[in-house]
Amino acid sequence: MKRAAVALLAGLLFGFGLQWAGMTDPVKVQAFLDVTGPWDPSLALVMAGAAGTTLLLFPLIRRRGRPWWDVRFHLAERWEVDARLLSGAALFGLGWGVAGYCPGPALAGLALGNPELWWFLPAYAVGTWWGRPKTKGSGNAGLTSPGRRTPRH
Amino acid sequence: MAASFEASSTSFTPLAALAGGLLIGLSACLLLLALGRVAGISGIAGRLWGAAAGDRAWRLLFVLGLLAGAWGAHALSLGPPALPAPGRLSPGWLAAAGLLVGWGTARGSGCTSGHGVCGLGLRSKRSLAATAVFVAAGMLAVYVLRHVVGVL
Repeated sequence: MKRAAVALLAGLLFGFGLQWAGMTDPVKVQAFLDVTGPWDPSLALVMAGAAGTTLLLFPLIRRRGRPWWDVRFHLAERWEVDARLLSGAALFGLGWGVAGYCPGPALAGLALGNPELWWFLPAYAVGTWWGRPKTKGSGNAGLTSPGRRTPRH
Repeated sequence: MAASFEASSTSFTPLAALAGGLLIGLSACLLLLALGRVAGISGIAGRLWGAAAGDRAWRLLFVLGLLAGAWGAHALSLGPPALPAPGRLSPGWLAAAGLLVGWGTARGSGCTSGHGVCGLGLRSKRSLAATAVFVAAGMLAVYVLRHVVGVL
């Protein structure tokens, strides 16, 4: 129950922050990416506020050794910069530029009734399925630990 | 939803950007501190269906919270009031973009939140490299489509 509540609360904070910061507006995101046009640097400050907070607090959190309500932190276990990572990031970036949506704002924008997402999100789901590693034990594509087999509570 | 629309330029909103960014960072800290999880949206949402039963509820609740939070801020008149103008992009471009974003984030193991917000906080070299590449690719796409092809 407390795990459920904190997941919901974290989602609320995230979605509230995205909308407040203007990131649910794809035109504003593209105005950041358009460095040769009338540039809107807002997105840089969103990232500075968000990554600044994690840079400051993540080390303190990890120093605890384990989270409150799980046996361990579920973090990436790969550290090498490889072709798969870079080509994936490049494909993502191109799509991000074309429409101005990355996954968070695309999902959050559903709540605002943005009709563009009815085209974007189904294609996004197909792309996610397509981009997954096709080896055994699929579903390990994320940043979080690929080694997890038995979730505990 | 009020039908107000906008052009292709937006104004710099430094205070809202910093405040919203701070909330996003705090969300990521809360998720790591309480559940030991990385607040990467593509990872959380991407495994909603594939996840084991006990691993699914927190993902679903996070995504529901994400929608409710955006709705709440909008209801309080925070952030942009407008929706993108109808016909800004054709359905074909929107679907192509969605396909690329899904494919690329699954292949590259993360998006703006997983690599940008959390990965940088974890001082991950992979995330720093990925963030530099997707921002550059995004700038390239906008440059070509807006200033060369003239689609955007």
